[in-house]
Amino acid sequence: MEMPVPRPAILLRKARIVERLLAILPADAVVHDAVATRAYECDGLTAYRCPPLAVVLPRTTAEVAAVLRLCHAEGIPVVPRGSGTSLAGGALPTADSIILGVARMTDVIATDYANRTIRVQAGRTNLGVSAAVEGEGFFYAPDPSSQLACAIAGNIAMNSGGAHCLKYGVTTNNLLGVTLVMMDGTVVEIGGEDMDAPGLDLLGVVCGSEGQLGVVTEAVLRILPKPEGARPVLMGFGSSEVAGACVSDIIKAGVLPVAIEFMDRPCIRVCEAFAKAGYPDCEALLIVEVEGAETEIDEQLGLIKQIALRHHPVALRESGSEEESRRIWLGRKSAFGAMGRVNDYMCLDGTIPVSALPEVLARIGEMSRAAGLEVANVFHAGDGNLHPLILFDANKPGDLERCEALGAAILTLCVEVGGCLTGEHGVGVEKRDLMPVQFSATDIEAQMRVKDVFDPNWLLNPAKVFPLAVSAARRDA
Amino acid sequence: MRPATEADLAEILRDAPPPLRIVGGGTRSLPGIGPNAALETGGLSGITLYEPGALTLVARAGTALAEVAAALAAERQHLPFEVPDLRGLLGRDGQSTLGGVVAANASGPRRVQAGACRDSLIGVRFIDGTGTAVANGGRVMKNVTGYDLVKLLAGSYGTLGVLTEVSFKLLPVPDRVVSLMLTGLDDASAVAAMAAALGSPFEVTGAAHWPGQGTFLRIEGFAQSVAYRAGRLARHLQGFGAAEIEEDEPARARWAAIRDVAAFHGRAGDVWRLSLRPSDAPALADRAEALARLYDWGGGRVWLLLPEGTDLRTRLGPHPGHTTLIRTAASSPAMPVFPPEPPARAALGAGLRARFDPRGILNPGLMA
Repeated sequence: MEMPVPRPAILLRKARIVERLLAILPADAVVHDAVATRAYECDGLTAYRCPPLAVVLPRTTAEVAAVLRLCHAEGIPVVPRGSGTSLAGGALPTADSIILGVARMTDVIATDYANRTIRVQAGRTNLGVSAAVEGEGFFYAPDPSSQLACAIAGNIAMNSGGAHCLKYGVTTNNLLGVTLVMMDGTVVEIGGEDMDAPGLDLLGVVCGSEGQLGVVTEAVLRILPKPEGARPVLMGFGSSEVAGACVSDIIKAGVLPVAIEFMDRPCIRVCEAFAKAGYPDCEALLIVEVEGAETEIDEQLGLIKQIALRHHPVALRESGSEEESRRIWLGRKSAFGAMGRVNDYMCLDGTIPVSALPEVLARIGEMSRAAGLEVANVFHAGDGNLHPLILFDANKPGDLERCEALGAAILTLCVEVGGCLTGEHGVGVEKRDLMPVQFSATDIEAQMRVKDVFDPNWLLNPAKVFPLAVSAARRDA
Repeated sequence: MRPATEADLAEILRDAPPPLRIVGGGTRSLPGIGPNAALETGGLSGITLYEPGALTLVARAGTALAEVAAALAAERQHLPFEVPDLRGLLGRDGQSTLGGVVAANASGPRRVQAGACRDSLIGVRFIDGTGTAVANGGRVMKNVTGYDLVKLLAGSYGTLGVLTEVSFKLLPVPDRVVSLMLTGLDDASAVAAMAAALGSPFEVTGAAHWPGQGTFLRIEGFAQSVAYRAGRLARHLQGFGAAEIEEDEPARARWAAIRDVAAFHGRAGDVWRLSLRPSDAPALADRAEALARLYDWGGGRVWLLLPEGTDLRTRLGPHPGHTTLIRTAASSPAMPVFPPEPPARAALGAGLRARFDPRGILNPGLMA
């Protein structure tokens, strides 16, 4: 993976740049020595690393604006960072860039239960938002699996999803407003507490723009009343294809579960060995969760079980208690960790139409055998968001490259059947060079025009999202 | 001009036409659209993909909403955001098109639970002001590949490009609909009751206050679940009085009337729409001294009927939220449809329009 060559002129000016940063920020908000900046050399995509020139950790919107104004004047690239949990390299620095981390901006600014909104500083963690409102019976719906650590700022940058977005939508559907600091230091309020904003939907395009349009310092989020209860059912099937068909039938029947999760045999095996959740020995399993009061749960699960029985499940286990629910979820929630215990792996994130599930799973199996690399599947089946985990050995020369080639081939397949390269992790650097698989040159050009408006000098997170060759003229201008 | 294909449309726009007025079915166009030559999209018609098992629909932008609704109804599915039919309010006839729905981000009462049009929209194709075709999003509901121009196009009123194809995620039509009606509440109490309902776990899918008729709270879903939640909600709201129940057909008709602002049909005057924090709504509606008012979205959207030519913005002075002029008499002095934006945001909007429509030919002036 290629990154732009750092500009020597910036590297040479490091001492002066740090001095200027220290003039506008408290001393503890500037990290610049070679050891300390190493902590910011990568995010969740650890295969690629590079310490930044310096790191700033501002506490206020005014400090963020001051930093951006300075970097704008000096022509220094800025890489915004939430908690650094990106799996796509969204917060990967270059040696000539400054990391702007919002991790110290964690305040709740206002909660408004009557209007069901909360305004927070963008460094607050996803789970920290729910924690702030759960006493009043509310929660924040998007639930990426990194929610304990990941920041709202990063959720907005990547338009993060989660297991429960089948019912509640992703970040963009739960975001009402942002305070955005643009590269030249201008502070813009976009959206707010209203359910629709005047003018063009700038909020819609800022959400998911991977830190390339501005730095979000505050966000207004929609909070929802917590459901009375939730209960999962576990179903095992003799083949992935049958499990896929069952998913489609459940959706078509009008039941709207909050989650439909899928695991295949390689994944079940590893999770079971790790978590001992009591999963059945089968080719594929589904965890379907519904919400509501007891009578409502019974009604919905009754329908789901009826549908499942038509597909002759080899196992069907409805939770009867909190403890059983916990055990059903245990294996699924520990899937990535359990897999990491036994192997190096690369996690993909393509989405496909639900109807293509059986075909795509079969093709992934063939491709995996041909490449000689095992693939385990665990994903959000209700919305077709796949997470194939390609297992490889990082110590074996050539394995990472073969793994990346198989990953690219699987994502290309996702696009071919009508899907996309990334459903919730973002493009970052990881899928940057695959963008032309999904988009024509004019489609990409249209997106870059948006960046031209927000950040004409292409200083904000410039080496991400778009293939380097395509963005070169703008970055070098 | 009425192109029959996307290629014809692109050619028209490439050939540097005079400023244009983009028209779908003309059923919801705004007063500020101006007298320019019409570019009609009705020729770009037809459902291109409908997969009930994946809850997905793709159709050309000029497809009539009625045609789509019928196809979805056959599978007991619908567009989740409850498209308002504004023909009665605006005194129009004709057929609403999907492209027009998207261009206006037209969203009805279910906005409070299922989101707006832009939240169900998952893909667009459009021709920009230079005649270039652009695709964004697609037909899957989880997609963060590249920038989300889908949202940007929703509610852009044709000013960034002419839509040629749109994709939606769908929802099943609920088996049963029940509407709780509280009567005798003043506006402030009604907004408080709606807040209590929307803050409850009983999944209210509509919350509206129609002065003179009542305060309405809708619950939808499977039969047993609806019965349970309606009962619990009525108890939850008993401090606001005893709730009467409207069921199925009468309830569906009631919510169609709210959606289409039937309260104002046949009445003279200008129609304005306020978007704001629900708790700010009653005081602001009082300040407007309107002839009639209707609160939807729990109070987050207020429809106001004012005497012709009244400049609501002058009357309100600085206020939270924002105003949109939906209908005005030809004889009224010209008033901007949208409120002026603060400079930094206005500059971003103008910058985007300049990039996507550099010659200023797509509904010029409508959003500026």
